[in-house]
Amino acid sequence: MSEFIDNQCCVETPEGIDFVQSAAGPVPRILAYLIDLGWRLLVYLVLSIATAFIGGLGTGFLLIVTFLLEWFYPVYFEVYRQGQTPGKRVMQLCVVNTDFTPITFAPSLIRNLLRWADFLPLFYLAGLLSMVLSDRFQRLGDLAAGTLVIYRDQALRQARMVDEPIQPLAPAVPLTRDERQGIALLMQRADQVSESRQVELANWLEPITGDRGEAGLRKLKRIGYWLLGAK
Amino acid sequence: MRERDFESQHAPLWHRFEQQVAGGDARKAVLDEQFPQLYRQLCHHLAMARQRDYSEALVNRLNRLVMAGHHQLYRREQRLGLEMVARALAQFVITLRHARVYLICAVLLFLLPALVVGSATYFDHSVAYSLMSPAQVADIESMYDPDNRRIGPERDAETDLVMFGYYIKHNIGIAFRAFAGGIFLGIGSVWVLLFNGVFLGAVAGYLTQAGFSETFYPFVIGHGAFELTAIVISGAAGMMVGYALINPGRFRRVEALRLAAAKAVRLMYGAMFMLLVAAFLEAFWSSSTQLPVVLKLSVGAGFWLLVLWFCFFSSIGQRRESY
Repeated sequence: MSEFIDNQCCVETPEGIDFVQSAAGPVPRILAYLIDLGWRLLVYLVLSIATAFIGGLGTGFLLIVTFLLEWFYPVYFEVYRQGQTPGKRVMQLCVVNTDFTPITFAPSLIRNLLRWADFLPLFYLAGLLSMVLSDRFQRLGDLAAGTLVIYRDQALRQARMVDEPIQPLAPAVPLTRDERQGIALLMQRADQVSESRQVELANWLEPITGDRGEAGLRKLKRIGYWLLGAK
Repeated sequence: MRERDFESQHAPLWHRFEQQVAGGDARKAVLDEQFPQLYRQLCHHLAMARQRDYSEALVNRLNRLVMAGHHQLYRREQRLGLEMVARALAQFVITLRHARVYLICAVLLFLLPALVVGSATYFDHSVAYSLMSPAQVADIESMYDPDNRRIGPERDAETDLVMFGYYIKHNIGIAFRAFAGGIFLGIGSVWVLLFNGVFLGAVAGYLTQAGFSETFYPFVIGHGAFELTAIVISGAAGMMVGYALINPGRFRRVEALRLAAAKAVRLMYGAMFMLLVAAFLEAFWSSSTQLPVVLKLSVGAGFWLLVLWFCFFSSIGQRRESY
């Protein structure tokens, strides 16, 4: 896959491993923002109805709450809820430092104070431009704070190994890395891909299986089992 | 070793790890003293799984576990206590004294236009009309009219608390913008400083000329000590960020920006604290008409001395290690 469109970013940890996360692009982040906006508007609405009955005292209170929500709502959630505002939680995003460590108070404050600059001139245009131009989808606030918005990996479905009585088969020719990965993936997704599509895919691998159609797929599955370590 | 064998051999360890990190939820995690060893083992497994081209699902699962462990291991203490506030103020003072050049620039950018426009308006009050709309001028005039029972912005049926809320929302917003505008090569910060300097100068010049000095100056002197200083400091913080982009030195621009922002935000800790004090004073102290003018002026002068002493001469932070 071309590295120009890849959204994966990689960090080497002190333990000496590269570990990989995918950065979240503008669309899920805008959706997360809209969800947060909805929550905030709901709070304003409820509070303004409630405070309408108390008069001046209520107005002062409302002003303070709007100020706090406008500037510090994301800071609170990012620092105390593991980088996730309610909107980000729904979209399964989370804010981390560029080295994937949990975000702390200072970076969170920076990225949220700079939110105003990102908003300029209208509707987060500056932020959007910066997101599209930077290689890890960082808005201006993220660049200054050294933070990233990544997808929080959800548990991928563990390979559901269909324990059909399939005899594993060693491939006749040495396989490349991509081929091995491709075959293993097909094994794991066998129950999500239609039979005819599987046959179609298996036909591409005729040089390996030496068979076409149903027979080719069956052979491919046997190779797959062998690759995954069935005995 | 094939994937299945690898999986069945290490599954107990992974399971134990998974239970300790509680699915990545930092609040529910219960770690024992073997956690670091487990984590290192897991990192090792992830590296092996990648190198041996095990299936994506397995690599993904390990990657997810490592991420959760990474977050646990490199978590910092986040509890907000008195200790943290004291530390933030100490950081503020230390950074402020290192940022002298930015501060001087910010003061000049704010004070010079204020003085120039102020004296211009004083000698020719029509200057005020070229900077503000007539309605705005009339509004300001009525606010500080000595005949008013209560000075400051209109407050017919409203209470001090409303104004407290208003000052918090409005004035702290200005300071935050002065900081955030710095990312546009500092231009935003310069603009906010100049604009507010000009505005303050025009208002002060106009009101002095109109003979309202005995209501205007006692009103502004008290909270001004905190508010004006905080706005200037925020502007200096913004310019610090902007300058890092203009002249990144030996760093990449993005890196220089990050380093400068990390420093500048410490200035914002102090600015936020001062703005909070300012809003409180402006709502509950400055606007009071019961107190004699002399008292308000002398207390105001005291506030200025206090702020300047705290920022430039206090020994806070000296005994701490340098940040």
